[in-house]
Amino acid sequence: MTTATITDLGQAVEDAAAHLYVWALQDIPQDLRDALARAAEKETSVTGQRVLQTILRNVNVAEDQKNLVCQDTGIAVYYCRVGEGFPLHPARIYEALKAGTERATVEHPLRSNTVHTLTRENTGQNVGYRVPIVHWDFIPDWDGLDVKCVPKGSGSENMSFLKMCVPADGVTGIKKFVLESIVDAGGKPCPPGIVGVGIGGSADYAMHLAKEAIARPVGTRNEDPLVAELEEDLYELLNETGIGPMGLGGDVTVLSVHVEHADTHMTLNPVAVNYQCWAARRASAHVAADGSIEYERDA
Amino acid sequence: MATHEVTFPVTDSAEILKLRAGDEVVVQGHIIGIRDRTQIRIFDQMVEPPMDLRGAFLLHTAPGVRKLGPGRYEKVCIGTTTSARMVRFTEPLGSQYGVRAICGKGGFPDEAIEPMQRLGMVYFAIVGGAAALETTQIEEIEEVAWEELMPECLWKFRVKDFGPLTVGIDAHGNSLYRDVQERARKKLEDIYARL
Repeated sequence: MTTATITDLGQAVEDAAAHLYVWALQDIPQDLRDALARAAEKETSVTGQRVLQTILRNVNVAEDQKNLVCQDTGIAVYYCRVGEGFPLHPARIYEALKAGTERATVEHPLRSNTVHTLTRENTGQNVGYRVPIVHWDFIPDWDGLDVKCVPKGSGSENMSFLKMCVPADGVTGIKKFVLESIVDAGGKPCPPGIVGVGIGGSADYAMHLAKEAIARPVGTRNEDPLVAELEEDLYELLNETGIGPMGLGGDVTVLSVHVEHADTHMTLNPVAVNYQCWAARRASAHVAADGSIEYERDA
Repeated sequence: MATHEVTFPVTDSAEILKLRAGDEVVVQGHIIGIRDRTQIRIFDQMVEPPMDLRGAFLLHTAPGVRKLGPGRYEKVCIGTTTSARMVRFTEPLGSQYGVRAICGKGGFPDEAIEPMQRLGMVYFAIVGGAAALETTQIEEIEEVAWEELMPECLWKFRVKDFGPLTVGIDAHGNSLYRDVQERARKKLEDIYARL
């Protein structure tokens, strides 16, 4: 954890974003390193071991050479928790996050991935119309700002699935859809990773929840014991499929399953799956009302 | 499962035919970086690639680079992308241009098996996401064509000890991906019966 004090709040948020984007790409959290090491202990197949040992070696090379863990700098996604008393309006927070993303891209330099969705022309510097993507939560009786940067690679984001199950499908329907999705995805999303599952709410909200789920520290359990049980069940079942590291076969298909839920309509049973590759990058900062920044890798 | 070292471009097809699905391979020599837009230009827009692809090893990549001067780049971070999106180019890459190896991550669907067997080609699985390591194995960016497609240009890299790669699909009709999918589908039936 490091602390910096900056007087201009907009500048502080921009600095935080610029730092978080690069930091997330270079230095993966300890909980993820531990999960990868445990996977390597568990894996019995020759190809699976080859993959996992290469992954562990790669994490160390990235650290030694101060390089990125993965070349896919992703689409920049930020989760913001804004206190009601935080003195900078979210409209300005968004501007600052965008400026920070752009600055990090130019200064490092980072590969720029953002394109116009129809023309496919690169918009430059990892920013564009509605990019970066920012999710907001507003917190009463608080004057701080928490920012979590989750650069999301396309290999795993392309493996996103939504099914509007019907109520009669029940929990079995939810489990079947998650299993089918992960088997269909095979090696494409760079397994073993984190499977984010969003259930309930509406179609769009279920996917939002699935995405939120992948941004949690690896192996954390949902507070609701029923949902936590579903997480454990799915983890065991998915690791029976034998898809294995990079889809080449093996014991470890997923590192963890995280489920987030919302109450829903009596006739709805939406299930969304969002895959997070093994390089589950995330980094967080707390910006105080006075502009001081505290960085937190493991949040 | 054997371990091999292969230098690209290859001139002798025995170098490809000796490889079996599951084998470990380390690559030396020169490899060509290629991606979606590069292949769309070659095959859909019918533009001849300005590089010789005979006997080549193609890598599915869009590297992170730093520009040094006109047509000159140095590596920043070079990794590999998902291959499945580009499977339809396998047959013409082999039949029209003599490509012998395609390397990417996540595998090719089963439609690649037949052309790879017929044309004597292999698919190498790299460890996706392990770009920091991959970058250390790329010694130099020797050439770049079609810079306007940045970063989806046609790249020529000189590599040393590039790998470890796993033969995912060999030139004898074997595919690890097909085998893994078949076993997983069977397993799903067992699991569903228990739910």
